[in-house]
Amino acid sequence: MKLHEYQAKDLLKQQGIPVAEGHVITSPDQAIAAARAIDPTGKGPWVLKAQIHAGGRGKAGGVKLAKSIDEVQTLASQMLGMKLITPQTGPQGKIVHKLYITGDAFYPGPAPIREFYISLTLDRAMGRDVLIASAEGGVEIEEVAATRPDAILKLHINPLMGLMPYQARQVAYKLGLSGEAFKNAVDFLVKLYKAYDSLDASLLEINPMLKTSDDKIIALDAKLEIEDNALPIRHKSLEDWRDIQEEDPLETEAREANLSYVKLDGNVGCMVNGAGLAMATMDIIKLAGGWPANFLDVGGGANVERIAKAFQILLKDPGVKVILINIFGGIVQCDRVAHGILQAYQLIGHIPAPMVVRLQGTNADVAAQILRDSGLPLIPAVELWEAAQKVQEALQRVNA
Amino acid sequence: MAILVDAHTKVLVQGFTGKEGTFHAQQMLEYGTKVVGGVTPGKGGQLHLGLPVFNTMREAVEATQADASIIFVPAPGAADAILEAADAGIRLVVAITDGVPVRDMLRVKHTLQSDYPHVRLIGPNCPGVITPGQCKIGIMPGFIHRPGTIGLVSRSGTLTYEAVHQISQVGLGQSTCVGIGGDPIVGSKHIDIVQLLMEDPGTEAIVLIGEIGGTDEEIAGEWIRNHGTKPVVAFIAGQTAPPGRRMGHAGAIIAGGKGGARDKMDFLAKCGVQVVESPAEIGRTVARVLGKAA
Repeated sequence: MKLHEYQAKDLLKQQGIPVAEGHVITSPDQAIAAARAIDPTGKGPWVLKAQIHAGGRGKAGGVKLAKSIDEVQTLASQMLGMKLITPQTGPQGKIVHKLYITGDAFYPGPAPIREFYISLTLDRAMGRDVLIASAEGGVEIEEVAATRPDAILKLHINPLMGLMPYQARQVAYKLGLSGEAFKNAVDFLVKLYKAYDSLDASLLEINPMLKTSDDKIIALDAKLEIEDNALPIRHKSLEDWRDIQEEDPLETEAREANLSYVKLDGNVGCMVNGAGLAMATMDIIKLAGGWPANFLDVGGGANVERIAKAFQILLKDPGVKVILINIFGGIVQCDRVAHGILQAYQLIGHIPAPMVVRLQGTNADVAAQILRDSGLPLIPAVELWEAAQKVQEALQRVNA
Repeated sequence: MAILVDAHTKVLVQGFTGKEGTFHAQQMLEYGTKVVGGVTPGKGGQLHLGLPVFNTMREAVEATQADASIIFVPAPGAADAILEAADAGIRLVVAITDGVPVRDMLRVKHTLQSDYPHVRLIGPNCPGVITPGQCKIGIMPGFIHRPGTIGLVSRSGTLTYEAVHQISQVGLGQSTCVGIGGDPIVGSKHIDIVQLLMEDPGTEAIVLIGEIGGTDEEIAGEWIRNHGTKPVVAFIAGQTAPPGRRMGHAGAIIAGGKGGARDKMDFLAKCGVQVVESPAEIGRTVARVLGKAA
């Protein structure tokens, strides 16, 4: 689950990590109040940051500096409701519903200000967490990796020991820090790993980690993702922090029904059991000439209610012209799926899209008989390619 | 011949008396697997499905001499169950459980490597292992399999059944099928199973089923290029998956521009693997590379 910057900073602060603190606001009036709370003198400056689940906000106009209270109000009204398109949002962009307003951390002082990149994530191939550090903060790490790979330091972490102080020192030296800033950075990094570990994060990225002009080390930005398997087991309270405004409404509905669903932009809605087969079904839809409208895994414990719910979600997607059901019955028996299809019909009354049904595996014969006896206008298929071709034929009829 | 399991493998069920454990233990018994008992803490001494229930894996192994276990323990206790099996002297641990926290698996895998290097873990979040006609330690539908010479390794459950079904349809059978699981950290990876199948005299050809995310397929491909002695047919699921979105499996995500299906397919093809574009062509392609056109 992705968290917003303000949520991530809240969690980091709880673990004693210095962050550039601010206030979350959803209206220009709130922005003014927040600005006054941050700087009672009213001089500023302040930074307004769009809270969306995507990086690359700065370049896209999602981070602005306000030099007066008036400017705070103007910028807040401009930014709230704006559509932000960054390399990570996709072409459709994301609407900004919340802003985070902070003081300016780039205040002048005796020492030079510097920006660094720090992230913690899983290196799957190594089976270990990896800390990635670069002295070139504030820019996309992919850019640095492509142009100056030697500027990046990668350290793997023993999962039983955690990030050791010597590793943190190694990073701080590599970043060229000394004196007070060096000590602060080591402390920051050790705490950062502890936060990453205790929060079951799958990604914790601080870009930039800022050395201020008075040698403090702070998280100017924070990107945090909680690993989905750990969330319901160890971080149930964080579930409430999920921002459903960041999700497609159909995805929210599916998640609440415990269905694994990802909305795509194609014309063939598919319902499959098992993630691998669901992806393979999407692929074969494309090979036959269509394009999948979604990923949908009804899962191992699929019952009538889940399948009926899955139908409702598919039918709410206006892009869906044809539906393909592909169930290989192992744990889920095909006759149960067949009953689910019938019940969905009863619930919805009428399913306007042509439906190709391929039920293969345990009790496939019984299921086929159930479907035949139902008298419903289904297009049966036995093999995978046959199903894909029948989907294509149905698409052509719909488009004709 | 086969890998990992055969007709002599003795199996304990961890989470034996639960709903899933009961159902699948029954299914395994019906298939002919030598299920010799199970463990549910607090229910030791009882009989379940006519088999003894033990409180601990240590007791269970001492009493039954089992060498394999299958885990249905729910996700919060799965890591504990895996290490209990390893510590009790189990050689092959098959973890079916879905939703195990990745950080649990990180520590479990590290501990297995350092303290129990002889233990092989399959999973978690996997369908298990089957040597058709001999032993099924998993939740796959047994009847779609038939004994034969094709070894299969896959991250998926039902997609594996699909491939098995196609292989059976072209008149071939399977030596051993291993579902390694869809999580980012699993006990055994493609390369581990490919190595075993290459050494297995009962395996003539290998089917490798992968999906988007990570680089495990490429790592296996690299090994096949350098050491492969048998034909390998591969399918990679997720050619139409968008970047940055998790496709069901915790591990199925294209992240940071890496782990896309096309890259994996191209890489495997360069390693001499027969890569199929269509998931419907797995069976026929296997038949063709073996010169047994269907």
